Formats: sequence, C-alpha cells, structure tokens
Amino acid sequence: TKNKLVPAGGNTTTSEKTGSGSAVIDMENMDDTSGSSFEDMGEMHQRMKEEEEVTAEAAATEEDNGEYGDFLGMKGLKGQLGRQVAGEVWQAGKQQASKAFNLYANIDILRPYFDVEPNQVRNRLIESLIPVRMINFPQKVAGELYGPMMLVFTMVAILLHGMKTSGTVIREGTLMGTAIGTCFGYWMGVSSFIYFLAYLCNAQITMLQMLSLLGYGLFGHCMVLFITYNVHFHSLFYILWLVIGGLSTLRMVAVLISRTVGQTPRLILCGTLAALHMLFLLYLHFAYHKMVEGILDTLEGPNIPPIQRVARDVPVVASAVVNATIKSIAAVVQSQ
Amino acid sequence: TACKFAGLSDISISEDIPVEGDISVPVGSQNPDDDFSTLDEPVKDTILRDLRAVGQKFVHVLYPKKSSALLKDWDLWGPLLLCVTLALMLQGGSADSGEDGRPQFAEVFVIIWFGSVIITLNSKLLGGTISFFQSLCVLGYCILPLTVAMIVCRIILLGALSSVSFVVRLIVVTASFCWSTFASTAFLADSQPANRKALVVYPVFLFYFVISWMILTFSPSP
Repeated sequence: TKNKLVPAGGNTTTSEKTGSGSAVIDMENMDDTSGSSFEDMGEMHQRMKEEEEVTAEAAATEEDNGEYGDFLGMKGLKGQLGRQVAGEVWQAGKQQASKAFNLYANIDILRPYFDVEPNQVRNRLIESLIPVRMINFPQKVAGELYGPMMLVFTMVAILLHGMKTSGTVIREGTLMGTAIGTCFGYWMGVSSFIYFLAYLCNAQITMLQMLSLLGYGLFGHCMVLFITYNVHFHSLFYILWLVIGGLSTLRMVAVLISRTVGQTPRLILCGTLAALHMLFLLYLHFAYHKMVEGILDTLEGPNIPPIQRVARDVPVVASAVVNATIKSIAAVVQSQ
Repeated sequence: TACKFAGLSDISISEDIPVEGDISVPVGSQNPDDDFSTLDEPVKDTILRDLRAVGQKFVHVLYPKKSSALLKDWDLWGPLLLCVTLALMLQGGSADSGEDGRPQFAEVFVIIWFGSVIITLNSKLLGGTISFFQSLCVLGYCILPLTVAMIVCRIILLGALSSVSFVVRLIVVTASFCWSTFASTAFLADSQPANRKALVVYPVFLFYFVISWMILTFSPSP
C-alpha cells in the first residue's frame, strides 16, 4: 500500500517535483522490499557484484597494507583486514549458495521423464517380458526413468537379501556399497556401452531410450533372483535363467533389431547385449548365493569355513542332507 | 528560501487532518528481534524447548492422523537423533572377525539420509507440493517405530538365540515396518495428485523394507 505523508501546511506541488532528496517521506519508494521482481533481483545482483569488486580491490590493497602492517606491528590494519576478508568470505559463500540453488532448480530438467501413471508402469513391466514380433518397423520405446530407477533399487534390496543369507564377507567395502555399485554400475555402464555401440552401428536409439529399455529389462532379473535366493535349487535357477532371462533379452534384442539396418550391425549389437544381460544374471546368482555344499558345512558348525575339507561322520552328513532337502521342499511347497 | 525549506522540514501532522490508509508490516522484520531474545536465554531453555518440539512430533508419528504439525515447523533434530541411535545399535565389528558383514555406522547413516534424499527427489519429480526439508523431516521422524523395534529386538536377543525369538522378532519388525510406512504415507501422500500415490508409496516401502531387513538380520557378536 502506498501512503504519502504530507507535512502540515506543506506545498504538495513542490514535493512531487523533487526527487529522492526531498524531506517528504514517500512510501511509494520504500515499498520495493519484496525482492521478488526481476528488476529487484537484477538490482541486487548488480549491487552484489559491485560490492564484491569493491571488497576484492579493498582486500587486494589491504593485503599489501596488511603485510606491511604486520611487518611493522600495526594492529589497527590487521583488524580491518580481518573484517575485509570476512566480508569477502561472506560474499563468496552467498554466491556459492545461489549457484547451488540454481543447480538444484535444474532438477526440473528430469521432470518430464517421471511423468507416468501407475498403470503405465505396470503395463511396461509386463511388456518387458513379451518379445515383439514385428521387427521391420521401429518399435516404440518409452523414454521414462521412474520404472527403471525403482527396478534398480528393488534389485539392490534383493541383492542385499541374497548377500545376507549367503553369508558373503566383503573385505574391502561394505555390503550396501557393493550392492548399489553393482546394480547402478550395470544399468548405467551397460546402457552407455550399448548406446556407444549403437552409435557405431547406426541404430536409431537415444540414450534415454536405452536406459529405459535396459532398466525395464532388469524386471526379469529381479524376479529370477527373488525366487532363487529363497529356493535353493540349481536346476530351477537354470530353467528360470533360460526362460525369464531369455524372454527379457529377446524383447530388448527385438527392439534393437527393429531400429538397426544391416545384418552385421544387428549381429554385433544384439549379440553383445544378449551376452551381457544373460551373463549378468548368471554372475548375480553365483556370486552371492550359498552353494549346496556350503549348507552342509554351516549346519555342522559356525566356525568351519566352507572350503576346508574335514572328515565327517556319515550319519551326521546324511541327517544334514535330509534336513536341507526337507527345508527346501517345504519352501517350494509354501511358495506355490 | 529558508522559510520555504523550514516549512517543508516540519513533518508533524496537525490533529484536524485525518490520516488514513493501511500499512502492512512485513512479518520478517520481527525475526532479528526474536533471534536476539533467544540468544540471551540460558542453554537449558533452548535445549528443553527443542526437545519438547521433538517429543511432540514423536507423538504425532506414533498416532498418525492427518495433521500438519510435522510439516509446518519441520526440524531435523529428531531424524538425526533417531538415525544416530539406530546406527549405533546396528553397527558391527570389522569383516576380519569372520562374521558376515554387519553394517558399519557410516553405512546405516548414509543409507538413511541418501534414501530419504532419493525419495524426496522422486516425490518432487512426480509433481509433489511438499518441500525438500519437510519431506526429509517426515521420513526421518517415521523411523521412530523401527528404532523402537530395534531396541525391543536387542532386549529379546539378550536371551537365547532360538527360532522362537526369531519369530517374535519377525513379528515385531514387521509390525513396526507397517507402522512406519503407514505413518509416512499419511503425511506424504497428501501432497501428491490422487492417481499417483502408489508411485510415491513404493520407494518409501522399499526404503523402510531395507532398514527393517537390517534390523531383522542383526545378530549380536558372540
């Protein structure tokens, strides 16, 4: 709100003509304390820059004077130098904070990639296991990052579960760090590598689409790992590896084929992707999974490491095997 | 000229001229005075006031209703307290001692804060109206049921390490996990558009699941 305090018996016409030097308190000019308009921000920025230049010059001259003063033991200049430096540090800190804020505000760049509905995510998860048949026409790939990110985090959680139950000992590093590093490293690293190969092979796919495709391809991996970390049957794992791993690989391969021209580029691209995807699942299963022989050893005692060979009594081994089989059968029956 | 300026410099208003209008005083100008007054008070008052605020928010978490007390004056003291308590209770020895790797203090700390940041970013990217620190505050405070479960588990583990104790611990941890998830979604889901609540709830579920898993698989050193 604007007010004009008029002095008693004063001359209003002269007060309107005079500028900021008048004695009339003009509330109109005092109103721009909002700081939200662009002109105000520009003004503030300009003032900050000028102040910074002034303090920088002053600090530069002051430093020389300060050293001179130190040499001569003049405490007055030292105090002033300290104040100048503090002022400069404050300015630098303010600028850093505003730069960081602008960087944070740029998170809006990622906003369109998270614009999904729950049923869309569900449909894409199911579609990731269904290979398309039409490879003559470039298949549509959704460029979305919510689903892939959630799948990577789910896989981290499943890996943690597997590492815990298998008693993995991580020497250099932590359990959580290894799980996160493995999953994110695979997603980002293999996506970048395949994108690079696609660039070499002239395939029509963008980095975002590749990230999205590989991310959704991890859905099959999550399912297989979740089942086989709980049900310790090697044959079951191999069947699931071929079926579910194969289906998700076939889907990714079909999409890539539909976007590439020429036999050799298709072969290179899809062969690499298929090999990496299937081998990753194999690695995840065997690296963090308790071997059947290990179960026997740990059932006998907590202090015997699984690799060491110790003479055992046969009845003890037999009863341990029976126990392990009963447990796994019970787990399979329960899961059905 | 002197008398002209003399008249102008007299800004007093005679009583028969009505002065009207509204003056809006910005609220921000009150704060420097407040800061000065809280700087002078004894430390005990400050600590007690903050502890009372934290305790009030604990009560809000334990009985989650649709109140905005957690959101309006957010603070990060409570989450820090809970996080440090949980990490101290969960930390284990080094890997060389032969056990399967129990999480280190720094690991638990980083998981909780990094996870909260990720969930907050996710909810903001999905179009949420909640601010960054408000969301951190809510997620941190909703770890309270899990911390209580950790204390209960440690007490149970003072006894024998049997399958009965495992079942009891499983029940306790599951109950507190559901409580945490429910409490945090009661605060967070309101800030999202209606059809996307599931997209925000899932990472929260995963986050508390990982913490519950760490609590459940905690075994004391022999």
